[in-house]
Amino acid sequence: MTIMNWLQLTLLLFSIGIYGILTRRSAVGILISVELMLNAGAINFVVFNKYVAAHQVSGQVMSIFVIALAAAEVMIGLAILIMIFRQRRSVDVTKMDTLKN
Amino acid sequence: MGLLSLLVFLPFITALFVMAAPIQKQIRWIALFGTGLHLILTAITTYKYVSVGLLSTSPEDKLTKLFLVEKIDWFTSIGIQYNLGVDGISMAMVILTSIIIFTGVLASWNVENRSKEFFALLLVLVTGVFGVFLSFDLFLFFMFYEVAVLPMYLLIGVWGTGPKEYSAMKLTLMLMVGSALILVGFLALYFIAGAKTGIYTFDLNSLAQFNYPKEFQSWAFPTIFVGFGILGALYPFHTWSPDGHASAPTAVSMLHAGVLMKLGGYGALRIAVYLLPEGAKEWGLFFMALATINILYGAFGAIKQKDLKFFTAYSSVSHCGLVLFGVATLNFMGFKGAVLQMFSHGIMTGLFFALIGMIYGRTHTRMISEMGGLGQVMPWLSTSFYIAGLASLGLPGFSGFIAEVHVFMAWFFGNAWHSIVFSRVLTILAAMSIVVTAVYVLRGLGKVFLGPVQDPHHENLTDATITEKLTTGMLVATLAIVGVYPLPLIKLIENSIYPILNRLH
Amino acid sequence: MQPPVMTFMLENSWVIAAVPFFSFLLVGLFIRPYSDKWAGLVATSALFISMLASYLLAWDYLQISGAAPQVLVPWSVEWLQFIPKISVHMGVLIDPISVMMMTVVTTVSFLVHVYSIGYMHGENGYGRYFTYLNLFTFSMLGLVSSTNIFQMYVFWELVGVSSFLLIGFYYKKPAAVAAAKKAFIVTRFADLGFLIGILILAGTSQTIYFTSLSQPEVVSQLNEFGVLNLALLLIFMGAAGKSAMFPLHIWLPDAMEGPTPVSALIHAATMVVAGVYLVARMFPLYSQATYALEVVAFVGLFTSAFAAIIACTQDDIKRVLAFSTLSQLGYMMFSLGIATLREPLGYTASMFHLYNHAFFKALLFLGAGAVIHAVHTNNIWEMGGLRKKMPITHITFLIAVLAISGIWPFSGFFSKDEILVASLHGHPIHFIGGLIVAGITAFYMSRIYFLTFLGNSRTEASSHAHEASPVMLFSLVVLAAFSCVTGFIPFSHYVSIGQPLEHSRINLLVAISGTLMALIGIFSSWIIYGSSSGSAKRSDVIARRLGAIYSLIKNKFYFDEIYQFVTHKIIFKFIASPIAWFDRKVVDGGVNLSGWSARKVGEGFLSMQTGQLQTYGVWFVIGTIVTFFLFWATVG
Repeated sequence: MTIMNWLQLTLLLFSIGIYGILTRRSAVGILISVELMLNAGAINFVVFNKYVAAHQVSGQVMSIFVIALAAAEVMIGLAILIMIFRQRRSVDVTKMDTLKN
Repeated sequence: MGLLSLLVFLPFITALFVMAAPIQKQIRWIALFGTGLHLILTAITTYKYVSVGLLSTSPEDKLTKLFLVEKIDWFTSIGIQYNLGVDGISMAMVILTSIIIFTGVLASWNVENRSKEFFALLLVLVTGVFGVFLSFDLFLFFMFYEVAVLPMYLLIGVWGTGPKEYSAMKLTLMLMVGSALILVGFLALYFIAGAKTGIYTFDLNSLAQFNYPKEFQSWAFPTIFVGFGILGALYPFHTWSPDGHASAPTAVSMLHAGVLMKLGGYGALRIAVYLLPEGAKEWGLFFMALATINILYGAFGAIKQKDLKFFTAYSSVSHCGLVLFGVATLNFMGFKGAVLQMFSHGIMTGLFFALIGMIYGRTHTRMISEMGGLGQVMPWLSTSFYIAGLASLGLPGFSGFIAEVHVFMAWFFGNAWHSIVFSRVLTILAAMSIVVTAVYVLRGLGKVFLGPVQDPHHENLTDATITEKLTTGMLVATLAIVGVYPLPLIKLIENSIYPILNRLH
Repeated sequence: MQPPVMTFMLENSWVIAAVPFFSFLLVGLFIRPYSDKWAGLVATSALFISMLASYLLAWDYLQISGAAPQVLVPWSVEWLQFIPKISVHMGVLIDPISVMMMTVVTTVSFLVHVYSIGYMHGENGYGRYFTYLNLFTFSMLGLVSSTNIFQMYVFWELVGVSSFLLIGFYYKKPAAVAAAKKAFIVTRFADLGFLIGILILAGTSQTIYFTSLSQPEVVSQLNEFGVLNLALLLIFMGAAGKSAMFPLHIWLPDAMEGPTPVSALIHAATMVVAGVYLVARMFPLYSQATYALEVVAFVGLFTSAFAAIIACTQDDIKRVLAFSTLSQLGYMMFSLGIATLREPLGYTASMFHLYNHAFFKALLFLGAGAVIHAVHTNNIWEMGGLRKKMPITHITFLIAVLAISGIWPFSGFFSKDEILVASLHGHPIHFIGGLIVAGITAFYMSRIYFLTFLGNSRTEASSHAHEASPVMLFSLVVLAAFSCVTGFIPFSHYVSIGQPLEHSRINLLVAISGTLMALIGIFSSWIIYGSSSGSAKRSDVIARRLGAIYSLIKNKFYFDEIYQFVTHKIIFKFIASPIAWFDRKVVDGGVNLSGWSARKVGEGFLSMQTGQLQTYGVWFVIGTIVTFFLFWATVG
């Protein structure tokens, strides 16, 4: 497998994530899509580590950071979601337009 | 901390104390104490400058000689310094500001609504003003300039009267346009000089040693001059002034018309003409013509005003025209007259706005037509108002006369670069303002103070209180002292004019 | 020339002006708020000191200045500095005319102060009145002792403002306020000319001092630039404003709204002659400018005749006196205008007339004040028969009337005679004009005398009139004494310029014709107004015969209306209002337009603001891709 295949995989994952963010109506779906994008990034770190600087481990370390961050982000995101749900009885993002104008 | 830093930051420190004050009643006393202390510090600085600095200046100076200099490298890599200093012109301006802020605090003695924030903002604003007058580094200058301009938005927007949001927004936006022009000009000055000499610096005197190419000056001068001119109410960028002054609370109008508008004239003289002499020669006549329009236009505009504050604002436009006129004549007497006029107009207009505030506090109207015969009811206030009016129409014995004759005298001596015929015609036109000023001052004041009492409710109004007497008395005394014995003030500023003049030759 | 010996008074001549100034501060700031009575006393005694000092000065000056009058500057301090070469000093210039003016100003001012103690008694603002009077006297003394043209201008403005304050003294009365405003603005307009004239003189010759302005090289320098006549005409404009020469005369009759002693002091004896004094002071320059001097002469003559004609029709006693002041000022002015350095009699005569006029005109006004005080009206038709009720006022007033009419041996005869003698040589128009004006003067002065003092009282108020208080009578008597004797002063011995004058100057022909004219005037006035029964009818008949011409004169040739029209209808309506409108709508409109357009652009973008997070996301992604491709296209 060349680096190109790996990159194609992560690009695909990332694009699916963006597509999910832009189209999902449920906030939970958006969170999942964000996870996909983060993981695409994490994979990239590992891949570049292997092909560019094989004798180092910084890519792996960074991907672990990303995983930790992703966990924290999901936690905060879910907490916000629950608060929103309590307030509005819904997690449909299309209805959240108080910022309009 | 040096004397000048203290001079700049004392109001800021006072503002901190004001914010920390636990009891509402203490606030104004703290502010008064702080500004009073500032007045004393100003006196000490003046004494030091006169006893040391003045003697070592001479008519041959090529560069502005600064005293009590405090120079600290700030951002060494891009040549920004914390550079404070004082010369005769800035000394005069500092004295003016110190008097105005002290009396301004006295005039806002009765501000009850959010007085903590009010005084704090006022003091922050004045910190900026002192900073501008004392800093000799363009970057520092600009920073203080913004500090001085921005609090105005809040002060007018929160504590103002009438269409205050509109006026505050208009004023701030127009002044921001001016700031933008100034910033462009400053950066151009910085980069052009830096690219040629290899030393990038914002230091005013270092920049003054560099001769900018003529093509550069011919666009940079008008940019910077108009930028400052907007604050100095240069026609046709003056319309923020009537609205702004009319909506602002008393002390803010005083400070704004008295001091802030002077930043315009000061900057135009100190930076535009000093750094860009060739551009000044090229554009002098043009700006002289604009200033002439200012003078006459403001005076004629004032005749028909119905609101006392609008009336005074238009008269300010006319008088600030004299400042710009003096700067644009590009000779010794013109520059001197401009500085004198800044001083004199600052005090005079401060007095005007203080009095309008006091009268408004009693009658609850500023409409000229709704008043009449107030002279019988409030003799002290009407006498002071008449003194301010007579000073503004250039009566000998008050400082306005000294300044006006300097500016008018300047034309006959002309300068080597402009058509003397044009400038003489312009001066004769500008001199006509002394008649028009007499017309509007006497008409306006006559309607308000003389004749029979018009509104029966006004018959029982009270005359000035002690604080009000102190406020007006101080300003009137300053006007009279400078008017009767102008020589000290003239000597103070005179030698600092020469470096700017010598750059032109 | 050997420097003259300085006496104590000469060295301290600044005291004369300084005493009223300090008294002004003292009275205005400290005494007036507490005691009106003391304000009057202190102010008056200050003037007394000043008057004594001026007499001492005059005495000393006469001692040291032998045959040729000397010009001394015993005292001067630097006041401000334009450029190192031109600095303005405040000082005291001592020469014959300034010494004369100082004595006149202090004397009349002192007497008016004394008179006012009685006249203003019990008035509201008594202390304020004396404060202003002191301020005026200080300014006037500063003016007459000016060493340079700039100092002159400074005090010129100060007398203007004191006049403004005093005319508007009754500030509750709209007419007084309007008159004060008018006086200030009209003279201010004239001062614009004065100021520009000063600038031209100072700018061209680089000097402002009277002593150096008369140097021949300065004159030739001014001639070289061709500005001599122009500058002097502009300066004459200032002089004409203050001395109320045609067409700037409109303020003086209205100025009579002030208290009567003020009219006596300011608008008759002292301030209004400042214009004449200015021309006399600058006479060395004027004498080089033929054209300017000719203008002075003709304006003077015209004003003199014009005002005399109007004076015949006025019913307000003070207005008649005001127009007579105008007429007499015109007399002085034309007398100056016909003088040259070679034939300087006109100059001396003018100063002589100024000197005499100050006393008899002040006397007339103060007498009129006493009458007004007694009958509470200004209208001469409501007076009459006061001869018996106010005997002393009557006698003194009569002396003044005879003096101004030019009847021997009262002072006016001598100076008027001298003016006519001066104009006899080579100025026939002025001679004949002067003669006619003398006749008209006698006519209208005796008219008010007959109507006021002779006949029977025509109203209730005038029948209850009573003699004025002793302080007022004191001033009247002193001034009457002056009017009797000042004519005998050998004036040309003291005041002259250029060629020395020979002393035998009574020209019998002129004296007789002058007196004859005066007698004709008095006699015709007697026919019309003198016989107590038919006076009103006879004058009515004449007025009806004259018809339109009469009403034209009575309305002062409609000059007030013309000015009113020009200022209100033209300047205010077509300049001030349009500018105010233009500023609010066009200039400010431009500013608001830019604000409005910025807002509209913002509203255009507003539709993109859906509040949908995902829409923003789409824009973000599109933006990223576009940026990426742009980057690709340019860099990659």
